[in-house]
Amino acid sequence: MLKLENVQSGYGNKLAIKEVSLEINEGEIITLIGANGAGKSTTLMTICGVVACRAGSVKFQEREIHKMAPDEIVKLGICQVPEGRHIFPQLTVKENLDMGAFLRNDTEEIKKDRDYVYSLFPILAERRHQDGGNLSGGEQQMLAMSRALMARPKLLLLDEPSMGLAPLVIKQIFEIIKQINKESNTTIFLVEQNANQALHIADRGYVMETGRITLSGPAQELLANTDIQKAYLGI
Amino acid sequence: MDYFIELFFSGLTRGSIYALIALGYTMVYGIIGLINFAHGEIYMIGAFTAFIVATVLSIYGFPLFSIVIIAGLAAVVWSSSYGYTIEKIAYKPLRHAPRLSPLISAIGMSIFLQNYVLLAQTSDFLPFPTLIPDWEFMEPIAHIVGTTDLAILVTTVMVMVLLTVVIKFTKIGKAMRATAQDRMMATLVGINVNNVISATFIVGSALAAIGGLLIASHIGQINFYIGFIAGIKAFTAAVLGGIGSIPGAVLGSFVLGLTESFATGYVSSDYEDVFAFSLLVLILIFKPSGLLGKATNQKV
Repeated sequence: MLKLENVQSGYGNKLAIKEVSLEINEGEIITLIGANGAGKSTTLMTICGVVACRAGSVKFQEREIHKMAPDEIVKLGICQVPEGRHIFPQLTVKENLDMGAFLRNDTEEIKKDRDYVYSLFPILAERRHQDGGNLSGGEQQMLAMSRALMARPKLLLLDEPSMGLAPLVIKQIFEIIKQINKESNTTIFLVEQNANQALHIADRGYVMETGRITLSGPAQELLANTDIQKAYLGI
Repeated sequence: MDYFIELFFSGLTRGSIYALIALGYTMVYGIIGLINFAHGEIYMIGAFTAFIVATVLSIYGFPLFSIVIIAGLAAVVWSSSYGYTIEKIAYKPLRHAPRLSPLISAIGMSIFLQNYVLLAQTSDFLPFPTLIPDWEFMEPIAHIVGTTDLAILVTTVMVMVLLTVVIKFTKIGKAMRATAQDRMMATLVGINVNNVISATFIVGSALAAIGGLLIASHIGQINFYIGFIAGIKAFTAAVLGGIGSIPGAVLGSFVLGLTESFATGYVSSDYEDVFAFSLLVLILIFKPSGLLGKATNQKV
């Protein structure tokens, strides 16, 4: 579904991604793990067209997308929940959700999808008229994911959904990620520092170090790999 | 008491004009964080366009009402195309440059436009035709509120209502709010940020052009320099109300207009600017983010 081949990108004259190749098939949950500054977020931003791809190619459903504008990429069905959630602080919860459906015009279906995300996260329904900026961290993460779902993505990119959240909330978020993957057959690309949790729900995983993919394989294999256990799982 | 009311209405009139210009400053600042110093010139160009069109039409003997409409539309379209073009030429290439660069570019654009109008038109004051005749039903209160004052107030209120509707309920308005709050996220939900920025410049310029038409027909003369002073005042009003905040710009403009009007009426017109800028200094000391501005803090 999504294929990155020898992708290079970065900011200014610094390359954050030196060489990344990876492939995601439809219906999978794929995780990308790695330390701070490895280039994980930049990889997502490059897929979304926010950071320019300097070499290599990004293909989505057999189409080259690395020269397309970010809004065109969203139209194709790739949505990202960025690190730090980026809720619109002065829009209400409902307005935030509607922004997720910005490119859609089917009012009735949008309403259905809104009810669906309210059923996933009942707390959002309760707070629908509150400003997004007043929600707690966990609620903001739920809102950010719901907002992305409102676009009916084919591929959902999640950047550190567990960051700064309480363990119980993290567990809930990961449950929902699995549920989204199953119920609406959304392919998920999950970037995480919380390698243990991520590998437990993923089908396959990639490990990234200083701008390169250094290891990849089925999630169970990675969990059993002693190097990974030492470096990322703290075992 | 009549004198007080007279000053009050003249303050509201000033405030209306400031508000029409200040909205352009505050909207552009809200979206791209730039003080568009060329915005005053957009207003001046609006006044000149209205002047030229109105003069030509009155030679051909058009009825007054249609002159106002056509001149107003011409000013709006012409100013908007200037606003749009300025952004593309002077600011867009500098979007990722340090903040100071587009600011200097804006000052350059302002100087350029002033001199361009100076060369293309004239350095003299031009008599602006009377577009709004004194209405008869205004006669009993004409010594307190002039017809043009009332016309300016009514037009401004209508424009504000329209702007509020656009920003609250239309798709482009929502895109503007989202972009102002978080540009990166706006991109990620599929908003074309370049279009939003262009739209903001177009709307801001259109408002300034309406202001230009109204004030020119109120004062009765224009020259190439009017944009500078009006621009500085409107910018002050925008900062007073909290730059980036739309209700703030309107409130700041009326506060500034009323302050100037009362200072002129009760003290001396020589002190008009002294009071205006003292007010600015005071507010910035006690509430640095302006009357309705929000202190910026980022939640991580």
